[in-house]
Amino acid sequence: MDEILKELGDTIRSALPDHVIETEIAHGELMVTVEAQSIVKVLGFLRDDANCQFKILADVCGVDYPEREKRFEIVYNLLSLEQNQRIRVKASVGEEESIPSATGVYSCANWWEREAWDLYGIFFSEHPDLRRILTDYGFEGHPLRKDFPLTGFVELRYDEDQKRVVYEPVKLTQEFRTFDFMSPWEGTEIVLPGDEKAEGQEGGKSS
Amino acid sequence: MAEQQIQNYTINFGPQHPAAHGVLRLVLELDGEIVDRADPHIGLLHRGTEKLIEHKSYLQAVPYFDRLDYVSPMCQEHAFALAVEKLLDIEVPRRGQYIRVLFSEITRILNHILNITTMALDVGAMTPVLWGFEEREILMEFYERVSGARLHAAYFRPGGVGRDMPAGLDADIHAFATRFPKVIDDMESLLTENRIFKQRTVDIGVVTEAQAQDWGFTGPMLRGSNVAWDLRKAQPYDVYDEMDFDVPVGLKGDCYSRYLLRVEEMRQSLRIIEQCLENMPSGPVQDTNGKISPPPRGEMKHSMEALIHHFKLYTEGYHVPAGETYTAVEAPKGEFGVYLVADGTNKPYRCKIRAPGFAHMQGLDLLSRGHMLADVSAIIGSLDIVFGEVDR
Repeated sequence: MDEILKELGDTIRSALPDHVIETEIAHGELMVTVEAQSIVKVLGFLRDDANCQFKILADVCGVDYPEREKRFEIVYNLLSLEQNQRIRVKASVGEEESIPSATGVYSCANWWEREAWDLYGIFFSEHPDLRRILTDYGFEGHPLRKDFPLTGFVELRYDEDQKRVVYEPVKLTQEFRTFDFMSPWEGTEIVLPGDEKAEGQEGGKSS
Repeated sequence: MAEQQIQNYTINFGPQHPAAHGVLRLVLELDGEIVDRADPHIGLLHRGTEKLIEHKSYLQAVPYFDRLDYVSPMCQEHAFALAVEKLLDIEVPRRGQYIRVLFSEITRILNHILNITTMALDVGAMTPVLWGFEEREILMEFYERVSGARLHAAYFRPGGVGRDMPAGLDADIHAFATRFPKVIDDMESLLTENRIFKQRTVDIGVVTEAQAQDWGFTGPMLRGSNVAWDLRKAQPYDVYDEMDFDVPVGLKGDCYSRYLLRVEEMRQSLRIIEQCLENMPSGPVQDTNGKISPPPRGEMKHSMEALIHHFKLYTEGYHVPAGETYTAVEAPKGEFGVYLVADGTNKPYRCKIRAPGFAHMQGLDLLSRGHMLADVSAIIGSLDIVFGEVDR
């Protein structure tokens, strides 16, 4: 299985040397990282090439990595019925950048891209109809970004006096608690308040 | 006489409309009674499932999957469980796999009964709903006996299933499986050759093979257009590769062939159920090393280690090694996929849910263009839409 995927990855890389950054196989799945600006060309190739024939775009989604220079990753999951094969194409864009829309290649990219725009604020250039899709009419912000709080900013209720739904800032009757269950022995680095002062003095004590 | 200006008429279909199958707001542009353009406004049931999952441990994320497509809950847990297992690189014991396949197929029947009968209701047939829901109730009792809940089971978990089947359940499922073909026949006698039903569905909402692929249709929507593609056959998961069943296809890609296809799928599901019951091995139903699944109650009474495992699992949860996977199952509505990114902690970094209904809903504009207004509800019925999964 991995042999076939490796071959497929090599084929793609040799056919599009200027556009493909790297290919990787993990858990029996092939991942191809490409330049954001050449995504349409890559997807077109994957759909039409006789060795690929990825005719179904199963999914497009964004992932947010705030610590990276190019913050968002856009992930396209493709499926080939002829080859019985899946492939994942990834491209990175920064917060201020845009990525060409794939709607010209796959019609179904339309709504998936609207969703990525809605939830992450990734701008798809040349998209025919880039409106919000899942969130409320007039919603502000992009809720799936890592810096967007889980509770959101506004809540709504029906106001009996005004006879309409009104929006108010979120009021929590009970404080939102995120339990930290990470084991201090094997979990991630836990920085206790005040630890950063010790850091400079004695070469840093690992927590 | 002055020239008449004819304007297109725009109507709002939904969000509170019985044929909208939930909260669909459909803005229809009509030329007389012909649909010129359909613009579905979705998201009225958006609950931010994906965001919530990022803040929960892997086990706590499971019940959210029940609440996506709430008429086929277990199939969606299945996708998530398989994705986590792939990242953890563990194998589920054979009995666990058989139980999963068995209940996946029960779920498929649950879903198809609801879809076929409510679609019939949308086009004017009342009786099938009444008959079908009686059977659904029986199937939901199986759910209840095995997991404790009729709908939101949280039964398929990473590492296996929640608990073993209670004694006597297999006999009752077998009794159901022998009786149910008669019910399907009865239902078919009301619909399949019914003149009104055929007038409302034959040649309505036709999708060609190329269109279906271009619009990302899967499941019955794709098979209805004569593409024999079923993930259970093509990329089998759990013990589907040991099952003997056929993949029905529709020839014309219209609402009627999708109806026929779903009826046949129910019959095939019964075959799988029978095979599962017949070959069900004995043994554990979940991963046994204690790191992923909780230890048995009895063991906790005398083993310190088991107690520690239990405590750790229900507070911190387990850590999934960093990596990512896109894992899909053949849910009753189509390909239900989970794109899971793990960062090595006890919570998913990103969990994207690929709902089949989302792609199908998008195709509504394509399907209903040029049809009469009344056909729209037949088309929505045959798309098999549930808003829990479309809006997530």
